[in-house]
Amino acid sequence: MSDWLGRQIPKILLAPTFLAVLVFVYGFIAWTAWISFTRSRLMPQYEIDGVIQYERLFAAPRWDTAMNNLYVFGTLFIVIAMVLGLALAILLDQHIRAEGALRTIYLYPMALSMIVTGTAWKWILNPGLGIEAMVRGWGFESFSFGWLVDPDKAIYTIVLAAIWQSSGFVMALFLAGLRSVDGEIIKAAQVDGIPTWRIYTAIIIPSMAPIFLSAFIVLAHLAIKSFDLVIALTGGGPGYATDLPATYMYAMAFSRGDLGQAASSAMIMMSVVFAIVVPYLYSELRAKHD
Amino acid sequence: MAPILEIRNVTKNFGTTEILKGINVAIEPGEFLVLVGPSGCGKSTLLNCIAGLEETSGGEILIGGRDMTHVSPKDRNIAMVFQSYALYPTMSVAKNITFGMKVRGVDPATQERKLKEVAAQLQIEHLLNRRPAQLSGGQRQRVAMGRALVRDPALFLFDEPLSNLDAKLRVEMRSEIKKLHARLGTSMVYVTHDQIEAMTLASKIVVMKGGVIQQIGTPSEIYNRPANVFVADFMGSPAMNLIPAKARANGGETRLEIARAGEPPLVLDHAAPAGLPEDVILGLRPEDIAEAGFRSGQQVQTVDCRIDMVEPAGADTFVVSEMGGKQVTARLHAETRARAGEHLPLSFDLGKASFFDPASGDRLN
Amino acid sequence: MTDQAFSDTLPRAGAGQSRALRIGLRWTLYAVLILFALFYLMPLFVMVTTSLKSLEEIRTGSLVALPRAVTFDAWAKAWSGACTGIQCEGVRPYFWNSVVLAVPAVAISTFIGAVNGYIIAHWQFRGANLFFALLLFGCFIPFQVVLLPMARLLGILGLAGTIQGLIMVHVIYGLGFTTLFFRNYYVTIPQELVRAAKIDGAGFFRIFWSIFLPLSLPIIVVTVIWQFTQIWNDFLFGVSFSQAGSQPITVALNNIVNSTTGVKEYNVDMAAAIIAALPTLLVYIIAGKYFIRGLTAGSVKG
Repeated sequence: MSDWLGRQIPKILLAPTFLAVLVFVYGFIAWTAWISFTRSRLMPQYEIDGVIQYERLFAAPRWDTAMNNLYVFGTLFIVIAMVLGLALAILLDQHIRAEGALRTIYLYPMALSMIVTGTAWKWILNPGLGIEAMVRGWGFESFSFGWLVDPDKAIYTIVLAAIWQSSGFVMALFLAGLRSVDGEIIKAAQVDGIPTWRIYTAIIIPSMAPIFLSAFIVLAHLAIKSFDLVIALTGGGPGYATDLPATYMYAMAFSRGDLGQAASSAMIMMSVVFAIVVPYLYSELRAKHD
Repeated sequence: MAPILEIRNVTKNFGTTEILKGINVAIEPGEFLVLVGPSGCGKSTLLNCIAGLEETSGGEILIGGRDMTHVSPKDRNIAMVFQSYALYPTMSVAKNITFGMKVRGVDPATQERKLKEVAAQLQIEHLLNRRPAQLSGGQRQRVAMGRALVRDPALFLFDEPLSNLDAKLRVEMRSEIKKLHARLGTSMVYVTHDQIEAMTLASKIVVMKGGVIQQIGTPSEIYNRPANVFVADFMGSPAMNLIPAKARANGGETRLEIARAGEPPLVLDHAAPAGLPEDVILGLRPEDIAEAGFRSGQQVQTVDCRIDMVEPAGADTFVVSEMGGKQVTARLHAETRARAGEHLPLSFDLGKASFFDPASGDRLN
Repeated sequence: MTDQAFSDTLPRAGAGQSRALRIGLRWTLYAVLILFALFYLMPLFVMVTTSLKSLEEIRTGSLVALPRAVTFDAWAKAWSGACTGIQCEGVRPYFWNSVVLAVPAVAISTFIGAVNGYIIAHWQFRGANLFFALLLFGCFIPFQVVLLPMARLLGILGLAGTIQGLIMVHVIYGLGFTTLFFRNYYVTIPQELVRAAKIDGAGFFRIFWSIFLPLSLPIIVVTVIWQFTQIWNDFLFGVSFSQAGSQPITVALNNIVNSTTGVKEYNVDMAAAIIAALPTLLVYIIAGKYFIRGLTAGSVKG
């Protein structure tokens, strides 16, 4: 009897987490999915009524802007952060004297809250007293840098701040990748007289394909979930020029009292995340089993 | 005497793969049983089943006459030494050895006494305050044995305990284990893939392959009368020569003919009544083929052979000659006059010959 | 392929480069690296200097200039006088909210994660892998998808707008990562160790307590840092599930910065931002190695 109990202990201890995951992750997703097919407004209604919320969503210009922004922001953020991160990693890999200190400097923004980052950049980029005023103060009276308040440019300030925050992390990922490449292969290439830049382009970078994938997944994931940064930096404005799906969802859920729209936009966000993450996780788990 | 360990019809499946297919073994108190076989043969799984670390899928395991099939490891009255030694990395050597007693609530004075005893026995008194990371491989091995010894178990289990040591240390520890067994007289079950370890340590060997026992016997039985070609090939280094031959009745004897490329067939007369099928595999150990004049006996026959290769190995020199399409190895003395490409008369000791059925691989004589 | 064939005939790299060129390249390399360092440091520098300036100096001076007269007035106001909407008590109460929130949430989620990881790594049973996969997917969901039902549930449980409610939310959604961390660490501990302990008579809890926990310090540090950073820096859960008295510091900071009443006090904003950033920044400076390990483990693992 006590033996039987002993064997059940692991299961008993894991059960609460299992239930929590089942309810709070999968159950909640199901609830949100359900609501997204109803006419819920301020209060949830449970009568299924087709895809009306999705029709409303796709018809809403604000959602259109949000998706468009996500596309622009996501693409620029991911590409630039990856390129910058890789470049910094390769530069740091050249037996740099103060590598530790530089690495610490490049990576510290990752320790900050996005709200702090947004606050700082909001101040730096504000046209009245920030960079614009500074450059004018240097004598370039006609200099103008009003991206933050320009509906067409404001999204780029978010890209800038997001890159500032996350590129050091990409650098750390790539640097770890560079250091994990088999040293003997590099030695063999050096003995063969292959120039350093070609060792990087032909041997090291191709062997880091999994790290590119990881970095991409993490950045894409960050981009889709981006919420705090927008709130702190632009508040979604001017107007709703810098809305992202995450801010749209939040606005619908907590200021507009439109549960149906909030639920359907959340489901779209989740679909995008899953479209990217599921194949990745699947292949990771598969690779582990083989 | 009742067997100390009895394994009855034990099976083990992982999903649809059968790891153990009906294992039956019993050992008497004081025996040293070695489970040997290639990797994946199920020997470690069997050991884990004996230890209770893995559940069996069927059958029974009796230790000291008690059914232990579903008893947890701690209550089986066993101790085990692992391949990686599995020393607790954060505990000192002394704590490693006494941990089991502490868990069982043995009083500190007894713990201390037993620790001293075992430490003296294994000559590790000076290491007791060190951490495992500060020990050499051989020292870790001793500590792992110490941890097993303090248990005073009915049965010791060893899971390839020497495979992480370098060659020299392995030979040393092997003889220490043998001495230990002689001194303690406790029953031991020992898993290895190294047939030399099996031969030197065992009082009884179990050769396994694919979850099936191929043969159980004393080292000399296994070595001299292998039950099938697998055992013949696996045990012994270099392996037993397995030469395809034709057997024909010739009066009261059996005449064996072995084809050779570019040479007349090799003909050997075996002074045993017929009864062999026409196609047989002749099994002869390298040491049962000697240079002419160095081996005598009723069944020794000398034939001229072409030597293809000569491999001096210090004490012995191995020569290879093609027979029946196989590279046949003979173990000659170091000062042999054999030269590659030349002919040399070789003496075949058919008194030691094994015959196998080419189809089933089973022993015929 | 052809390129590699060619490279054999090419002169050795470096052999053809002159010493002057190499030194020049080296200097350029350092210049570029330092330039980037300045880019990353600039916002922090601006924040600190701005927080030490008077409003007057901010209006007249340059963004990057050092303060002419250092004053800590902004810090004092940010700590205990700045307005977050209608209340003007500074960030102090919210700072303590975050502490009261983060400490138990980190401790609980780390502890449960350790036990979960230990089970998944060494006490495999049928379905454990499926469970792990489910948990892993849970790490990646955008939290927007659980905001609505969680808000309702907290309401039903009477935890809406309370710190206890926020603790619960952070524990639940932190479990995926904490379990992952410990599981990935514990699978590197050999199975034989567990087996040896079982034969020594130790059971589930004994093995965890005597063998695994003493080995776990590095991964505990990694997990605690990760969880602390996540929870301290969280904004979404904070802004969604808290109310006036229970808001964490990130929400308070955002309210101060976006508060429309009165004059815009940039120095106070910056001081408040630094106060909000200080705990995680300190953790990063003190235990950067573990911080990075958590980041990479949290992202590259499956």
